[in-house]
Amino acid sequence: MGGRKMGNLNEIAAHLLQNDDVQLIIGYGEGSAGRVRPLFVSNKKATEKLLFDSRCTQNLASYLYKKEITCLGKPAIVANIRTLRGIIRLAAEHQLEDETIIALAVSTGDDVKELRRLEDMEQYLSEADLQLKKEDKALLDKLNAMTIADRWAFWQQEMAHCIKCYACRQACPLCYCTQCTVEINQPQWIPVASSKLGNMEWHIMRSMHLAGRCIECGQCGEACPANIPIHLLPIRLAEEIRELYGSVTGISKRESCEMSSFQPDDKEKFIT
Amino acid sequence: MTNEFEPKIVAFVCNWCTYAGADLTGTSRIKYSPNVKIIRFPCTGRIDFMLLLKAFSNGADGVIVSGCHPNDCHYTSGNFHARRRWITFRVLLDFMGIDINRIVFAWVSAAEGAKWAEVVNSTVNKIKELGPYENYREIINEVWEEEKWEI
Ligand code: SF4
Ligand code: SF4
Ligand code: FES
Repeated sequence: MGGRKMGNLNEIAAHLLQNDDVQLIIGYGEGSAGRVRPLFVSNKKATEKLLFDSRCTQNLASYLYKKEITCLGKPAIVANIRTLRGIIRLAAEHQLEDETIIALAVSTGDDVKELRRLEDMEQYLSEADLQLKKEDKALLDKLNAMTIADRWAFWQQEMAHCIKCYACRQACPLCYCTQCTVEINQPQWIPVASSKLGNMEWHIMRSMHLAGRCIECGQCGEACPANIPIHLLPIRLAEEIRELYGSVTGISKRESCEMSSFQPDDKEKFIT
Repeated sequence: MTNEFEPKIVAFVCNWCTYAGADLTGTSRIKYSPNVKIIRFPCTGRIDFMLLLKAFSNGADGVIVSGCHPNDCHYTSGNFHARRRWITFRVLLDFMGIDINRIVFAWVSAAEGAKWAEVVNSTVNKIKELGPYENYREIINEVWEEEKWEI
């Protein structure tokens, strides 16, 4: 298949650096306490430290546009399914051009596919399983079945733990704005300190800004130090938008954003 | 004097249809509830959901959002965009446990002075039935833990 090469992650990475095909590898390495962490490798020797196993779930796509990373040169990125969807969505939103990165697509084990073009990545994704994690699906169903009062109580209790660290935003591949509305203080849209009202407003805002764009990776929830299942908010909207408009995000570089398009005969039942 | 609850309603309307429609309500001398405070926008496409949140955080019990009928928007498609956003916004609020009955969406044209009065009156009645938005007031008036400390 065009543009696909298979082989061992460390070898491919070393080879890419040696040939100067890329100047940086974004991947995973051993962290502390049995966990993995993102690893940025720019010399051939250090490619030995790259690894991929079932712990490597983090969506690395958000590193692709961070200034401190982009200044290091053209990257190859170790890409699980979430990361690939992030890349495709960034391309769909014109944040990333074709053939400016190389994806090292990995599912498990040693089997790495080198994908140089967005088209190759789309093809790879067309064969992938895009289902939500079982726990997420279960919690989503549970919340949907609750009464509105119970949902209010659930989220109020969860959001009370939010410390407004914005890790959820930093971790999201699609929160790439250089100035976020939470940082605007004229007017002050969202109170700076953590408070019940401000926390709720922050989460409404974040979710609305991701409506029709969220690729349902769950990274925001995983990044949250307070363990708030905050990813379920944008994911709930993604599910609704899929149902209403039939669109899945992060699978085609030509996909649109449902919140910046419309049909003249969009259906609703609530406008009088 | 009665102690009946008088809800505070904020209406976000577009300049070209609903605002003119509300004007017509007045010039036609149709009486309607004074509980509403009207804020004029160029178009429903400009009515950011954050503004609705600000109305609630400033103590509104209900909100009306209204503009030109589909195909009548002064800027051709502002209301089509707005409609999609409202659809999504309601889903999100409902999922977070916020009462979406407190936000009323309407199309009111410049010729529908009577409809405007009807929209406002029915909204005021509906919010009177629902009562003050206690859930929201509770979080607005949250007492800081620090303030509760005694030194
Ligand atoms: S689940 Fe959606 S909002 Fe959360 S990090 Fe992934 S793309 Fe961003
Ligand atoms: S990561 Fe968690 S604690 Fe931090 S701002 Fe997001 S929801 Fe709040
Ligand atoms: S001008 Fe009235 S909705 Fe756009």
